[in-house]
Amino acid sequence: MYTGRSLVVAITIGVIALILLGKLFLIQVTDDSYLRKAERNAIQRVVDHPYRGLVYDRNNSLMVFNDPVFDLMVIPKDFSLKDTTRFCELFEIEKENLIKNFTAAKQYSWVKPYPLIKQISKEDFAKVQDFLIDYKGLFVMTRSVRSYPRSSAANVLGYIGEISGSQLSRDSSNYYVQGDYVGHSGIEAYYEPELRGKKGVKYKLVNVRGIEKGAFKNGDLDTMSVPGENLQSTIDLNLQLYGEQLMEGKRGSVVAIEPKTGEILSIISAPSYDPNVLTGAKFGENYEVLNKDPEKPLFNRPIMAMYPPGSIFKIVQSLIGLQEGIITPNTTFACNKALVNCHNHPSPVNLFGAIRNSCNPYYHQAFRQVINQEISSNTYTDTQIGLDKWRESVLKFGLSNRLGIDTHGEKSGSIPSSALYDKIYGKGRWKYSTIYSLSIGQGEMLVTPLQMANLAAIFANKGYYYTPHLVKAINDDPSRIPDKFKEKRDSGIDAKHFDLIQDAMAEALYGTATRAIMEDIEIAGKTGTAQNPAGEDHSVFIAFAPKDNPKIAISVYVENAGWGGRAAASTASLLIEKYLTGEVNRPELEEYVLKGDFIY
Amino acid sequence: MRQKDTNLHKIDWVTIGLYFALVFIGWLNIYAAVYDEQNATSIFDFSINSGKQLIWIGTAVILIIIIMVADYRLFHNLSLVLYAVFILILLLTPFIGKEINGQRAWFELGIFRLQPAEFTKFATALVLAKLMENPSFDLSKLKDQMKAVGLIFLPIALILLQPDTGTAMVYSAFFIMLYREGMPQKYYVIGLSLVGLTILTLAIENNLYLFGSIAALILLLIILSKKSWKNALGFLLLGCIMTAYALSLDYVVEKLPDHQQNRIMVLFDPGVDPLGVGWNVTQSKIAIGSGGLLGKGYLEGTQTKFDFVPEQHTDFIFCTLGEEFGWIGSLVMISLFVALLLRLVFLAERQKTRFSRIYGYCVVSLLFFHFTINIAMTIGLFPVVGIPLPFFSYGGSSLWSFTILLFIFIKLDSNRIQILGRSY
Repeated sequence: MYTGRSLVVAITIGVIALILLGKLFLIQVTDDSYLRKAERNAIQRVVDHPYRGLVYDRNNSLMVFNDPVFDLMVIPKDFSLKDTTRFCELFEIEKENLIKNFTAAKQYSWVKPYPLIKQISKEDFAKVQDFLIDYKGLFVMTRSVRSYPRSSAANVLGYIGEISGSQLSRDSSNYYVQGDYVGHSGIEAYYEPELRGKKGVKYKLVNVRGIEKGAFKNGDLDTMSVPGENLQSTIDLNLQLYGEQLMEGKRGSVVAIEPKTGEILSIISAPSYDPNVLTGAKFGENYEVLNKDPEKPLFNRPIMAMYPPGSIFKIVQSLIGLQEGIITPNTTFACNKALVNCHNHPSPVNLFGAIRNSCNPYYHQAFRQVINQEISSNTYTDTQIGLDKWRESVLKFGLSNRLGIDTHGEKSGSIPSSALYDKIYGKGRWKYSTIYSLSIGQGEMLVTPLQMANLAAIFANKGYYYTPHLVKAINDDPSRIPDKFKEKRDSGIDAKHFDLIQDAMAEALYGTATRAIMEDIEIAGKTGTAQNPAGEDHSVFIAFAPKDNPKIAISVYVENAGWGGRAAASTASLLIEKYLTGEVNRPELEEYVLKGDFIY
Repeated sequence: MRQKDTNLHKIDWVTIGLYFALVFIGWLNIYAAVYDEQNATSIFDFSINSGKQLIWIGTAVILIIIIMVADYRLFHNLSLVLYAVFILILLLTPFIGKEINGQRAWFELGIFRLQPAEFTKFATALVLAKLMENPSFDLSKLKDQMKAVGLIFLPIALILLQPDTGTAMVYSAFFIMLYREGMPQKYYVIGLSLVGLTILTLAIENNLYLFGSIAALILLLIILSKKSWKNALGFLLLGCIMTAYALSLDYVVEKLPDHQQNRIMVLFDPGVDPLGVGWNVTQSKIAIGSGGLLGKGYLEGTQTKFDFVPEQHTDFIFCTLGEEFGWIGSLVMISLFVALLLRLVFLAERQKTRFSRIYGYCVVSLLFFHFTINIAMTIGLFPVVGIPLPFFSYGGSSLWSFTILLFIFIKLDSNRIQILGRSY
């Protein structure tokens, strides 16, 4: 039947059909980009944001919770405004901003909701709630922001904010998307994975106009959001609040540690800020103000500021000398002011006397024996060997390295090595007389207030410490804190050497820090002065108490407050009283500290 | 003695079976296109398009019965009258038709809307068969060529006035029938070359490449022509004509209004106008392409159901099938169409009279053209022209006209023995 031209027609029909089927095969079977485009078209992924975990203090007082805020959403198609002025007054929005936001909404979509006013607080929302029904095309979406009921511990808790571009690119798990909130500092940042919970996703079908048409695959793929886990902080909120009050008007830091556990009871950076200002709609504006503040309230001093340790370091020197057998409690040196300046006290002194009187020449002479052990006949080489050996011992006290607190931004401080002096003076060009100021905690060494408090904890514990940390339990489970906080660390000094040190520290208060003395609680402490070439020296004090069963070890820095016996020792003493007895019964001392204003 | 007209065993039930299979699948797809899960209604609900299509199918069955019981000679005898009547209606349409989407292509009769241009197709087919059945009619003669082409171009001209480019274009399908009936091959060679050159001109952005290709082709032809100077000159002339055509085409396209330019350019790059003309093609390809090998399942399509594809129940009905039944579904559907077309070629060839054979080829031509252009348009191989997919697309005019077109031929075929007696 199919012959000649009829065959041509039949073949043409077949060929065209094959071409169509071929093209269909290409777009339907070999190319899956159309499937993805179809999903983008019709399947809307709605993220269900989980509640962020809460943070409690060690006595279960709430430190951070989630506060509802309200986004006023607009659907441009339904929205019309007769009296713009009244609307602006009611919702406290500038007319230009209203117009700008509404224009953005229209550009986004004519029928889909878009935030017209973001993050209205619940107080403001209560005011406008009743008027909402007057306006068509507006509705409210509830979100939450962090809220801090006691306005305290900003440096501990940190803040959350929108994820930055670099954080986004570092997120290898691809959990975050643009616009997500993440912790930027403090506990919020360090415990982000625990606090954030798990986002849920709902897949919704939408038609071409963006109108919902039900769940995709009956919601089988949907996941519920999982709320974040709650944290229990090691912070004692009452102590923290009291310390913040004492440090008001001053520049400096306080770190209080429970020596037996390394739990940080209080960590104060002054001046600080109310953490509530870095939440909600005004975040950007307020952050700018804090960031530009010359007093640097965002600078977390306890872990970021570094000072020379000063006289307090003499205790470390004593312990190393004892451990190495270079000195004994009975070793005496004359207070030879020709070597290094000192104040007037009986001379010569043994170790007890040296600590009690903070005798500089004693340590000048003792340290020389630690450094120059005559291992090499060359005095330069001998000094180098001695220094490096000594440095090893010092590092065991948690110095010159980050302790590893659960907050980002910790500084390591520094203890000089022979390599450093080689760099400064040249190899073989320096000896003990070059570096002797290390003996009294001056010179090329820096420690942070946190490391200082940790020293106090080591002295209290007679030789060991736990890495100071801010979180006690995750979701009520203490075993879930990072393992490094459960590990007992050794300072390399035998416990027997600490008895004399503790006695001397308790005695030292009567010499240098009489204000810190309490009637019924025995405090062991040591004053220090961090030299400040730019002005008045910084007042430093470390202590632990009670001496026989230490429950708190503390370091206090008050900048520009002169020597440590004044502001720092008084502050520490008040905090110890507060922590151990729950109240303070020394109003005069309290007033003295509160009145001291050392920022100038 | 005249035999009984309705001779059931002489009716080609294969064709009828294919017809109902296509109509049924089309109806299912119309339901899928309008189906709304949140507001699900029965496929028989007369308030939605699937229900309405059922009415059109029912009335189409009545039309079939009328055609089958009518005297087969009626169509032969009435062909000229029918043609004249529909040409008259087409003449009037631009003036009294209802304006929809800027076109006056519809007649409103009470609640019904009919598109005369759809029905003019079978009338034109009948009148062409009538004209060409004369044994003295010879398509190798220019005069007879002009007569046939004239009958085709009259409705084209009138439909362009509405203006309805797509439907007008359909009438060029009759050239397939003319080819079978002996139209000189050279016209088709020239025509197809022009189409090819047109596509190349539009597809190749840089004219240098195009002209280079033409030059290379001419050089090749000259070398192959064995250095005959006469042939060489002829080829050079051909080269010049091609170049001139390409240049003038570029010029014309540039002078076209933007939206028409886009309609053409969008074939080569759907991104030209993604939210305008490109939208239809892009969304249609997404719908079909997302179907995969086996499809998403009946009523599970998202693209057509949620209105991403415009005109999904009419001109873009193929998208629903492609999305929900995948490539296998497309294969089945295209196979059904090819089977129908080849069956009709077979039937046409077995006719004893020229009238029946020519009419049969007209049916093949129109169905083939509609089918090819419609599917090619949904997958981006042809510009978007609003023509329906025969038997599939929603709409009374289109279903009725294709039913009448097809069943007149089935009727003629079932009476081919009787016609034998009166053949010329």
